[in-house]
Amino acid sequence: MIIEYIVVGVVLFGALFCALGAFGLVRLPDVYLRSHAATKSATLGVLCVLLGVFLYFWLVLAHLSIKLLLGILFVFITSPVAGHLNGRAAYRSGVKLWKNSVRDDLDHKKGSPSDTE
Amino acid sequence: MIDKMLLAALVLIGIAILGCTYRLLRGPSLSDRIASLDTLGICTLALIAAVSLKYNTQVYFDVILVLGILTFIGTVALARYIERGVVLESGDRTNDH
Repeated sequence: MIIEYIVVGVVLFGALFCALGAFGLVRLPDVYLRSHAATKSATLGVLCVLLGVFLYFWLVLAHLSIKLLLGILFVFITSPVAGHLNGRAAYRSGVKLWKNSVRDDLDHKKGSPSDTE
Repeated sequence: MIDKMLLAALVLIGIAILGCTYRLLRGPSLSDRIASLDTLGICTLALIAAVSLKYNTQVYFDVILVLGILTFIGTVALARYIERGVVLESGDRTNDH
């Protein structure tokens, strides 16, 4: 009985982090900051939801689901990779930074005078 | 109590999907749309997991696995497309990375 409350608490925690990631995706001013919010907190939220479902089927229904474990591992590996690829593609295709951004470490390597304001 | 907590989790994931859809329709650059599409797929995966917990069924676990793989492949293909203009390279192009 207490196991069910713990599992549903983990699922609710993950859903809260999903909603916070989407809130950051709506409110933040830049593609890089939005990618930061979307990648990190949404990944944490989804991992918590999947972990809660996995623990529920394992501990309550006594069914160890390898497919769900594989899904957890796959999301854990591929979601930061996808975020990094998207950020690199955004920088190389010339998306401007936010106007209050402090520093740009890749600016000297790129060498284009267009994005130095 | 457990049903209400699970319903609250489903509502929160639904709010997350609505926020991602807003940024997908509104986003100024193409990278915004790709990032929000990636987050939309991931949040749909969490929604399917919560639905399978609510109805006590295991038939949706295949959907979770396939949707995770398809979201990653789609994000990688779109990011490569807006970075270089091609998705699959033929190998004889000499490009500097």
